[in-house]
Amino acid sequence: MHNIRLIARLDVKGPNLVKGIQLEGLRKMGNPNKFAKKYYDEGIDEIIYMDIVASLYERDNIKEIVRRTSEDIFIPVTVGGGIRSIEDAREILRAGADKVAINTAAIKNPQLISDVSKRFGSQCMVLSIEAKKKGEGQWEAYYDYGREKTGIDVVEWAQKGYELGAGEILLTSIDMEGSAKGFDIDLVRTISNMLPIPVIASGGMGSIDDLEQVVQEGHADAVAMAHVLHYGIHSVGEVKEECLRRGIKIRA
Amino acid sequence: MKNVVIVDYGMGNLLSVQRAFEHCNARVKIANSPAQIEKAEFLVLPGVGAFADGMRELESRGLVKPIRAFAKTGRPFLGICLGMQMMLETSEEFGIYNGLSLIPGKVVMIPKNGPDGTFHKIPHIGWNSLLPLHDNGDWDNTILHGISPGESVYFVHSFSAVPAHSQNDLADCSYNGLRLCAAIQSGNVYGCQFHPEKSSSTGLRIIKNFLKIQPLHQ
Repeated sequence: MHNIRLIARLDVKGPNLVKGIQLEGLRKMGNPNKFAKKYYDEGIDEIIYMDIVASLYERDNIKEIVRRTSEDIFIPVTVGGGIRSIEDAREILRAGADKVAINTAAIKNPQLISDVSKRFGSQCMVLSIEAKKKGEGQWEAYYDYGREKTGIDVVEWAQKGYELGAGEILLTSIDMEGSAKGFDIDLVRTISNMLPIPVIASGGMGSIDDLEQVVQEGHADAVAMAHVLHYGIHSVGEVKEECLRRGIKIRA
Repeated sequence: MKNVVIVDYGMGNLLSVQRAFEHCNARVKIANSPAQIEKAEFLVLPGVGAFADGMRELESRGLVKPIRAFAKTGRPFLGICLGMQMMLETSEEFGIYNGLSLIPGKVVMIPKNGPDGTFHKIPHIGWNSLLPLHDNGDWDNTILHGISPGESVYFVHSFSAVPAHSQNDLADCSYNGLRLCAAIQSGNVYGCQFHPEKSSSTGLRIIKNFLKIQPLHQ
């Protein structure tokens, strides 16, 4: 096993960090740059910003947040939400992001995965999948922050996304997101074992037990944390200390 | 204040590299002309993407010769990720392609399995420890000066450098039991497979070390 990446996921609406409950009902938490800097200083491995509204007239907010981030945060930064074209991806990367996470536009036009991957490198192209459980071993892909269903099977979609050139999968369970009741372990294990690219488990972490489970049983390559960090349930330092104590390999 | 020229050849995002160098008190110029490269005090060749694309972009801008000439001046030169790989002679990424040939060696695909046959993910993405090849403190006065063996830096790559001579292999990392080259050196020509600009305080220390390198008189 290699080092698991610990990622802070910051969902952003306009200029604010927000925290949702099962991708609905949002609560404003404050300035996303301040949260990101705090997590960076405490030793987080990566930052993900998700612009959850991403309407055209609000695009400048996220770019400004990313620009400010790149001034004093020197770890990988991924940005998702509202990236619909190569041009959108280029603008976000120019603002200082290292990777783009794409969901909606990839579902509507899977070719975009190949285009971004060819133009900027597959390491840049994170396929974001929002998965809702349908039955045993079956999940449906959603978009628009869990509001719109697609009828697309998550397992098939992840495979196709990999074949088209995605370098990583950001896998969010809609059922568990915001619940603080743990990850959808079956979902993460199914996709992580199937694909030769890294899978970031997202949605549901409420405790370090949840993190341990999604790494040991779900075989996650990286873990996205939101609730636990934003509400101060654990600091990044506490998470890292506890990982080391439990024998989960992380950046020392 | 040190003057750093970062080569812009259309391969990847230079902003992070620029910001990290500026954070380390360097004055940065983004450059794509031979004249700017020839005059550089410190030269940085960053880049992500495919080897052949990178070399083609350098060639189409007429930058191969000036970069090779710069490397011979003895002034400090740092390649990052693809920029590091292009410092070698050849790559087998989607065919066999020639590099800048500043350091003997080649670039190969990371083996799909570890030495014990177990499967691992490719690209190698994430934080991994820097390991010395010898334990006699040979990082002194290099870009890894003062870095402790085991300190982690951020990697993202599917291909890996194999220097022909172990004296050019400054540091390795271990991925599922495979030793992968993490940094190369020949005189003042340095290459990092990892991204110092994305490697938190350890990466910033490596950049500061680079900025302290004195030109060699050749």
